Amino acid sequence: MTDRPAPSDYERHEYDVIVIGAGGAGMRAAVEAIQRGCRTALVCKSLLGKAHTVMAEGGVAAALGNVWPQDNWQVHFRDTMRGGKMLNNWRMAQLHAQESPDRVLELEEWGALFDRTPDGRILQRDFGGHRYARLAHVGDRTGLELIRTTQQRAVSLGVDVYMECKVLRLLQGPSGAVNGAVGIYRETGGVVVFSAKSVVLATGGIGKTWKFTSNSWESTGDGHALALWAGADAIDMECVQFHPTGMVWPPSARGILVTEGVRGDGGVLKNSDGERFMFNYISPYFAAETASSIEEADKWYEDKVNYRRPPELLPRDEVARAINTEVKSGRGSPHGGIFLDIASRRSAEDIKRRLPSMYHQFKQLADVDITAVPMEIGPTCHYMMGGVRVDADTAQTTVAGLFAAGEVAGGMHGANRLGGNSLSDLLVFGRRAGMAAADRALGEPVDTTVDEAQVEAVVSHAFSYLERESGEQPYELHRDLQDTMQSLVGIIRTESELLEAKERLVELGERSKKVAAAGGVRFNPGWHMSLDLESMLAVANCTTLSAIERRESRGGHTRDDFPKADPEFEKVNFVSRYVDGSYRVTAEDKPVMPPELMMLFEESEGDAKEASK
Amino acid sequence: MAIDTASSTSGSPASTETASTGQELRIRLWRGDEHGGDFVEYRLQAQEGEVVLDVVHRIQADQAPDLAVRWNCKAGKCGSCSAEINGRPRLMCMTRMSTLPTDEPITISPMRTFPVMRDLVTDVSFNFEVAKLIPSFTPGPKPPEGYRMQQVDVERGQEFRKCIECFLCQNVCHVIRDHEDNKVHYAGPRFFVRLAELEMHPLDTLDRRAYVRERMGVGYCNITKCCTEVCPEDIHITDNAIIPLKERIVDSRYDPVAWLGRKILGRPSPMSAEQVAAHTGAAAAGQGRAAGSDRDGAGPG
Repeated sequence: MTDRPAPSDYERHEYDVIVIGAGGAGMRAAVEAIQRGCRTALVCKSLLGKAHTVMAEGGVAAALGNVWPQDNWQVHFRDTMRGGKMLNNWRMAQLHAQESPDRVLELEEWGALFDRTPDGRILQRDFGGHRYARLAHVGDRTGLELIRTTQQRAVSLGVDVYMECKVLRLLQGPSGAVNGAVGIYRETGGVVVFSAKSVVLATGGIGKTWKFTSNSWESTGDGHALALWAGADAIDMECVQFHPTGMVWPPSARGILVTEGVRGDGGVLKNSDGERFMFNYISPYFAAETASSIEEADKWYEDKVNYRRPPELLPRDEVARAINTEVKSGRGSPHGGIFLDIASRRSAEDIKRRLPSMYHQFKQLADVDITAVPMEIGPTCHYMMGGVRVDADTAQTTVAGLFAAGEVAGGMHGANRLGGNSLSDLLVFGRRAGMAAADRALGEPVDTTVDEAQVEAVVSHAFSYLERESGEQPYELHRDLQDTMQSLVGIIRTESELLEAKERLVELGERSKKVAAAGGVRFNPGWHMSLDLESMLAVANCTTLSAIERRESRGGHTRDDFPKADPEFEKVNFVSRYVDGSYRVTAEDKPVMPPELMMLFEESEGDAKEASK
Repeated sequence: MAIDTASSTSGSPASTETASTGQELRIRLWRGDEHGGDFVEYRLQAQEGEVVLDVVHRIQADQAPDLAVRWNCKAGKCGSCSAEINGRPRLMCMTRMSTLPTDEPITISPMRTFPVMRDLVTDVSFNFEVAKLIPSFTPGPKPPEGYRMQQVDVERGQEFRKCIECFLCQNVCHVIRDHEDNKVHYAGPRFFVRLAELEMHPLDTLDRRAYVRERMGVGYCNITKCCTEVCPEDIHITDNAIIPLKERIVDSRYDPVAWLGRKILGRPSPMSAEQVAAHTGAAAAGQGRAAGSDRDGAGPG
């Protein structure tokens, strides 16, 4: 038997706003809420400042126009929508493009130190899918800068932080509105009950559901699951991004991210024949804006007005599929990837200055000097474009009292996210979620009475893993889930495999009910894994079911049996719900873009043709 | 809970035999909690290209599912997996097995300066409490055309902002490693780096010198450079942060030219520690907000 705490031992707190997750979006939401006068708490699964945002390398996309004055929000908006294969929520993409410059400049007022242009403004770098150099950055550790800046801001404003706390379930009042959450402290196994007028989900991604991923252990889809279990909708869960460049060797480092900044700064992709193969994979959709020869591509780095972008900087879904095809055709590198070469393209000094942590990472983990030899890379599960359905302006989910921002929210990135748009997403919608959560908390009275029966059910379920004498081993179940998703719901999908995954997920779901975590309540990773598995299974189910329904290829979702995009499917989102104990997926019409924004696409095609002359 | 790691301190081994694939590894892991514990030996086969954290994870997955260890990014960017490997403070994710001698068992123990919670996990809340005492970045008014800074001027701060808060520098600092009671008046190297960054920030307007001297305890540091040696980000903590901080403080107190400048030219006088303390997170949190949430740094906080 374990030391299950009695209700009288539970720690209890009352707040105006609680924010679950302390990456960029959560911190930005908490800062906004407290600035607006709300009593605010930040709850995070790790120590403060360790969230996955620190892994973001290349930069934050914002049309500041510091390097290319031609850049503006309309161009950024268009790039984002085209990169997302038009599946994006147009209003989110618009707000994002319009507001990200202010959000970046605001970081500077909070102490961030971005790299500079010669005239002292924020420097911007090139990235895939962005027409102009647009990413504000600090070398290749921009995520760390963003997290530290928002963290220091939150701490200086007096936000209360609850660290190493895993939230198990949201609490709901009689009307169904979310009014709190129950969690356990990972360090002690102690139960904590929060009541709040507004709850913001900012829990990030889902990568740990797949075997090869750039994500940390925390990315288990907790927020997606919490929202679904509370009755909220999730959309586009089939749209998972496989980043084209993850490390492939050594085996233990497989999946760790290699920043797109390598390609933005001149790195090129080569197969085992030494061929720059990306020229063979320029889809008609991007042909007008992509260089057709090596000569043209290389001139673009210096002159973006007269030359077109190298194909290495196509959106991530295009590059990942191309790499996949090269490897499958037998032109891969010794360890099953392809080559990313910056050594032969830039001086050692330049590489170390522009990409210091990449240099460091390869030197330390693989004993490879990237200033001397090419890197071996391959696709890795990186980002969930889909997520909790939100109102664009307020980040309000379909359940009252519950807001969502950052990777856990869906819609912003459509079927494929452009690099650099994630950090800006966190800031723009983190702030908007904090604003709307504060508005609710400071507005009409909200019933925050905790339903003790709900709390007891949650606690009892969580501790049952420890009380079971024997059963499924959590790490084994996790491995089996990862193998299933990696092999059957990976970068290239087909109906028969997806149906097989669906079957296997039923089986895995049954097994998960019998998981037994050995050991006690204090910092017991086996127990934490048992709890995280529930979230991962929720994500796996929604992704698989949505992937079956989307019978076309679009962005991060590629179907071998339906290799083309279908205009009919462009009109719909697949909506996931948790109903009567199981996950269901239905097609619903996507919001329609107003004509004045549609015009941007007609004009921009003209621009692209102009540029191609 | 003191943990004796002195028994195995083979940092630069005479033997060059290191882990290679297929070989049997012997790992001595410290297991226990605040009441006590000991090293437990685990045996497993070495695999290609592994780092210490991989081996710890394999032990966890196959032999000890409740083995407590912190980690996040596994790429040296988050600073979660700090531990003492063969007595040397390192990040487990950035220590390749092939660099460690295998003619003796490899020992892995928690950071010694912080109280053990369980196995390799320590209570590092001290650091998060100190963070609340750092006077925040306070820029001057924003000019209409926005702030401008030159690359050369931001580079000093950028070096300090590489810090991943692994707290290895705090762990090896003698002032607190050997004297628990110093923790109440000493911020430690990580926070001297932070304070130096703020002091050298081109846009910042606060004068933290009195505060650094009186409240942060920089005078206790006797420049043994242990912090610099263990920094996984290669920040020159002593030379670039602590020594300049110490110099600024001395200048402000004893420099007769500065004194004359204040007297004759009416230059702004230095800010007192009190004035500056109003700019901390602790002050913000103490302003009657969030009443039910004082957690006193115990456990998560």
